[in-house]
Amino acid sequence: MPLSIPKEEFMEPGHTACHGCGATLSMRYVLKGMGPNTVVSVPAACWAVIPGAIPNRTLDVPMVYTPFAATGAAITGLREAFNILGKEDYNVVGFAGDGGTADIGLQSLSGAMERGHNVFYIMYDNEAYMNTGVQRSGSTPYGAETTTTPVGKDRNFKRQRKKVVADLMMAQGVPYVATATIAYPEDLIRKITNAKNVKGPKFIQILSPCPVGWYYPSEKSVEISRLAVQSGVFPLFECIHGQLKVTRQSKPIRLSEYLSAQGRFSHMEEEDVRNVQEYIDERMNFLLELEQKSGK
Amino acid sequence: MQAVQKYNAIMTGNEAVAFGAKLARVGFISAYPITPQTTIVEKLAEMVANREISAHYVEVESEHSAMAAVFASELVGVRSYTATSSHGLLYMHEMLHWTAGQRLPVVMSVVNRALGPPWNIWTEQTDSMNQKETGWLQVYCESNQEALDSILMGYKIAESPDVLLPLMSMEDAFILSHTSEPVILPDQDQVDSFLPPLNLSFRVDLKNPMGYGSYSTPDGPYMELRKDMMDSLRNSRKVISKVTKEFGETFGRNYSGLIEKFMMEDAEYAIIASGTLASTGKYVVSKLRQEGKKVGLIRVRFFRPFPDLEIAEAVTDLKGVGVIDRSTSYGSAGPTALEVRSALYGKSEIPVAAFIAGLGGRDVKVEDFEKMFQYVEQGKTGNFYINVKEAC
Ligand SMILES: Cc1ncc(C[n+]2csc(CCOP(=O)(O)OP(=O)(O)O)c2C)c(N)n1
Repeated sequence: MPLSIPKEEFMEPGHTACHGCGATLSMRYVLKGMGPNTVVSVPAACWAVIPGAIPNRTLDVPMVYTPFAATGAAITGLREAFNILGKEDYNVVGFAGDGGTADIGLQSLSGAMERGHNVFYIMYDNEAYMNTGVQRSGSTPYGAETTTTPVGKDRNFKRQRKKVVADLMMAQGVPYVATATIAYPEDLIRKITNAKNVKGPKFIQILSPCPVGWYYPSEKSVEISRLAVQSGVFPLFECIHGQLKVTRQSKPIRLSEYLSAQGRFSHMEEEDVRNVQEYIDERMNFLLELEQKSGK
Repeated sequence: MQAVQKYNAIMTGNEAVAFGAKLARVGFISAYPITPQTTIVEKLAEMVANREISAHYVEVESEHSAMAAVFASELVGVRSYTATSSHGLLYMHEMLHWTAGQRLPVVMSVVNRALGPPWNIWTEQTDSMNQKETGWLQVYCESNQEALDSILMGYKIAESPDVLLPLMSMEDAFILSHTSEPVILPDQDQVDSFLPPLNLSFRVDLKNPMGYGSYSTPDGPYMELRKDMMDSLRNSRKVISKVTKEFGETFGRNYSGLIEKFMMEDAEYAIIASGTLASTGKYVVSKLRQEGKKVGLIRVRFFRPFPDLEIAEAVTDLKGVGVIDRSTSYGSAGPTALEVRSALYGKSEIPVAAFIAGLGGRDVKVEDFEKMFQYVEQGKTGNFYINVKEAC
């Protein structure tokens, strides 16, 4: 079988990310999918630090850094300015963490998507504010311990369900919405390629496991990423112009396999696990129903 | 001087700055409405809709986004413009630092309006005074003509390689923004030769991929970059004088650089003011002169860079000076008064009286000015609120 991952690299070795960083792999694959005519904008997040201090850089494409909440607006300005200069063929890519997307940047994301600019917004989802030391975000899942949801005596782990921004984007009618993760790089790159064929805003949420914040050994990022999909915790799907396709699981695994592999869930009791299973089932039903409706 | 020129339009300050942006051939506009700035963005939207202007206009969902969008487009090398006021300007605050720190010569119109609570849409300068530490140049206009002309001069100053910092140009809410005045609309050809297209040397370039604003350690270039902003603001004084002079030669309208001196020859007492307060002040100065009083007025046009040397020089032979601020720094004094006192320290012993007047759009009347001049003549040195009602 021919290798379907492009050989060309747009990320140089020598970056400063933690060992096993999922977000780093996400960027590498995204750029392989995008190709050389690309400009990336990152807000405050791990990815503002990973490329290294001035004058170092890690990417072979220009990177525009912005304040935390600004990604949607920054890619707006970049896109329109490139269009003004006749460079419609440039890929303008916002690359933001889950906090910068689900929380503080949600307004500018939603605005940019609503206005319909021809941009990519990649949310690398490591399910907490990792750069500042593992604080809860809206995208942190139910059950997770973070430094602002410490379990403690009151078992104060995150009690709220994950805010899934990809679902919000589908509800908003964004022309291209998908989820992906680093365990399936071919799927991820194929989605970038598909997205490139859609004119208008594109949103891809990439689950990017974080050994430091999820408490698992750093060599297991790809494995954890795979378990997230197989357990149904993070369903993969693609929604082009409202036509949703959910990837079916050929090798489903038990939820406990995913949870027990990570320290952030180690305090969970049976009832808590049941709550997560309920969420998984509800969400899968929601997606499948949506898929069925959209097929009609 | 203007009396001999031919006015060819009557327009509000907001229309005037919209025409300023058009004449400056801005390529990208992004803005969010707020009273009393709204008619600027409406006028620009209308110009875009009627293809009277070739700019691309994006109506964003907040002022933070408006500044983030113009930040990004300017970084690509497209001349960009926005306008805001009051709470909108505060909402931009983070992006103001970012745009200046990235050395992008964006020009923005600010309609000076009070801050809530309680809501108050009338004029006050606290909104822009709150931004004096952001690295933006600040010019306060006195007329609709000056508001228009300051956009044209503003781009030329901001884009100078010796400056490369953004500039905000202020007009007083309603007094300028919504009041029609005769205005001379300059010829596009004349503007084009005065203001060549933007040529940003460090714009985003795929062939030379760089990181724009990544991060710096304490021993990295951070502190040097910050000092360079300070040096550039200092250099901008020369650029401002040069550009204002060139503007005068091209268009026949002479603005006097960082400050404007009114009847200051042989003056013994003077008041320092900015914006339209200076207009009332000039009227009162003329009146007092007729009564034989040797008074004058200094209008602060640029607040950043602050004209400390110019003011120190202008007041050397005075016996007393008063400074009016239409803004407050709670727990201290008015921002202009603080700057003036600091500018005079060690150079002049004259008494400085600091006045806070006209907050929330309260009218500052002729008799208020007369009272302030009395205080100055009496050699008062304290901080005074003008025309505050007795507690009821
Ligand atoms: C306005 C503002 N608030 C807070 C911060 C501090 N801050 C920097 S990065 C960060 C967390 C980023 O989290 P996320 O978006 O999930 O990305 P990650 O760090 O996980 O890559 C925070 C809170 C900031 N830079 N700006």
